[in-house]
Amino acid sequence: MWKRDDAAKPNAPAGQGPAPAQHSPAPLTAEPTSRPAPTGDTQRGQERTVVNIGKSVVIKGELNGSEDLTIEGQVEGKIELRQNVLTIGANARIKAQVFAKSVIILGEVTGNVSASEKVDIRDNGSVDGDIAAPRVAIAEGAHFRGSIDMQKGGAAKSDTKAPAATASTQSSSQQTPAAAGANR
Amino acid sequence: MLSDILRWGGKRPGQPDPPGDAPAARGGDTLVSSKALPKFLSAIAHQSETPVLIDLGPVIGANVSFFGEQLGCKLFIEDLFADYDRHARAGTLDELAGTLDKRFRHEDSSVDGILCWDVFDYLPKAAAQALARQIVRMLRPGGSVMGFFCSTAAPVKAPFTKYEIADDKTLRHRPHAGIGGAKHVLLNRDIIKMFDGLIVADSFLLKSNTREILLKRRS
Repeated sequence: MWKRDDAAKPNAPAGQGPAPAQHSPAPLTAEPTSRPAPTGDTQRGQERTVVNIGKSVVIKGELNGSEDLTIEGQVEGKIELRQNVLTIGANARIKAQVFAKSVIILGEVTGNVSASEKVDIRDNGSVDGDIAAPRVAIAEGAHFRGSIDMQKGGAAKSDTKAPAATASTQSSSQQTPAAAGANR
Repeated sequence: MLSDILRWGGKRPGQPDPPGDAPAARGGDTLVSSKALPKFLSAIAHQSETPVLIDLGPVIGANVSFFGEQLGCKLFIEDLFADYDRHARAGTLDELAGTLDKRFRHEDSSVDGILCWDVFDYLPKAAAQALARQIVRMLRPGGSVMGFFCSTAAPVKAPFTKYEIADDKTLRHRPHAGIGGAKHVLLNRDIIKMFDGLIVADSFLLKSNTREILLKRRS
């Protein structure tokens, strides 16, 4: 009811003045143009789209991107997501050099991993290679063989900043020793 | 009543003594204060702004975090307990010495600190000597080595221990999943002889009869 009245107004009082006529067409014209807009808005609202590479996918070569990526398949070569989060799923088998903003590892990686923010090896995750990142978390049950470079400046070679070398861990062992002072 | 009160505060009959200097036990873990660790950390911090460390024990997330926060270092994990375990299960412990000569990819005088934990207690003599040679080779002038050495042999089998750094003076001893092995006692003179080229900077005997030894290469 209200919409009909509003829609009728522009036609009826055509000669009354421009002010009300200008108000009503605006939403009308905006609606058709805004139809494609919601898709764009939703993309902006999500901020990060996550792309999945499924279990059966095998990639040999170079993988570049500017979206967060989850890999469950096999990749051999090089993976570069310098501004994004790379998740290596539990089923993934990676034989590659990895560069990303942040890397979460639940599967197997053979090769060097470099992150400008953080490398997180979760339980049952496995890395055979060198890690360079300002923050490295290794969970209990994770396998790692190689070196960890958390040197200030050296860690973030792949990116611009060299953040302070603070590290965190998921292992349950970060409790502070309450009774440490009682020793000896 | 009085006996109940006393029992809460005291040791129950038949209760075993806590191992070593452990002030508190949580699950299978014990907290043990370390005299050598703060000295090792201090030595490493003064040695270089961006030190290079080798950890001969299993990878422990908390230790990685600790070294990242405290030293901002480059840490190499060379889990010799896993190597030992593999050889012990395969019955090829005699071959371990041969593998140690080729295992480390580090250049001569390129490492600031090496955490040996108690790996020398388990190694056969030839393997221990091979490892000591490699340590001396890799250590920079001024670099430090921290090792724990038992004073009581366990001729059959002793479990491995994971040494997790709780803070700069305290280690959390945690059970290791490996099969363990026989422990050998190395006399002080054997240690000095084995690490020819290094000097004993500090040595501490803990209540648990473990010797914490800090070795240094003269700068």
